[in-house]
Amino acid sequence: MSLLKPILLVEDDFVDASTAKQAIHDLKVRNPVIHKTDGEEALEYLRDPNNDKPAVILLDLNMPRISGIELLQIIKSDTELQQIPVVALTVSKYEQDKLDTFDFGVAGYIIKAVDYDAFLRAMDIIIQYWAWNGLVEKERETDNARL
Amino acid sequence: MRDCRPILLLEDDTVDAMTVKRALKELHVLNPLVRVANGEEALVYLKDESKEKPCVILLDLNMPKMNGIEFLKIAKADEKLKRIPAIVLTTSKDDQDRFKSFQLSIAGFVVKPVDYIKFVEAMRIVNMYWTLSELPNSGQESTNEKLQAHITGGR
Repeated sequence: MSLLKPILLVEDDFVDASTAKQAIHDLKVRNPVIHKTDGEEALEYLRDPNNDKPAVILLDLNMPRISGIELLQIIKSDTELQQIPVVALTVSKYEQDKLDTFDFGVAGYIIKAVDYDAFLRAMDIIIQYWAWNGLVEKERETDNARL
Repeated sequence: MRDCRPILLLEDDTVDAMTVKRALKELHVLNPLVRVANGEEALVYLKDESKEKPCVILLDLNMPKMNGIEFLKIAKADEKLKRIPAIVLTTSKDDQDRFKSFQLSIAGFVVKPVDYIKFVEAMRIVNMYWTLSELPNSGQESTNEKLQAHITGGR
């Protein structure tokens, strides 16, 4: 079996990051999750040649220092990184944020649900979509049956 | 899909185009499907101001005249078109095709299953994802365009 690339989660809020990690765990995703708490840390990770490039990036938009939109812009203009799909996971319903992220090549703009069940359902759709893209893998039913 | 604007499908093969249409109908996707046979026709459609801009673009890669990659290069460099999410639907498992498409900021690369039932399942997930995801309103100006208008002194 091929080595699975990680999912990079860029999120400054500790509670939101735990919720996202919990959902990915509950959905039995096999890709490892790497969490960075701001844009600078994320860029440092992405530009370190020793690190595996992520399969997909889940990006919060409102972060201190480098904002999510700025990070997206940097990633999409870097020839070493631009092929990585970036999905915005945000509370921002601001029309301008939607336009700007899509202009910079975001591959999805998902408004975070407050309650966990709704958040889990949304994450399930995100995971299934990127699984059809061949980038994310879930444990197969037979793997569970054996346990 | 999240809103009722048309879906633009770039597909040269009539049978494949009909399969997409059938799958969307089966999934009760109400968006009108506009089908064009290649990238050139797609650009004509997209640049026609009298036509409503699509909410998403589904495209095949191997097409005559202007293929999918050539189309993406032009569409993704166009200020008015680049924001429309483009999802590649292809039978190609070629890693180079995948890499080049993602470099051009596509919003998905789905390898079409040959089996119809599996194809409907793939389209079901594509539709669910683009119903969950917000979509950009193509009629509005981005910060970039506002800035350009400001710099050039227009408006």
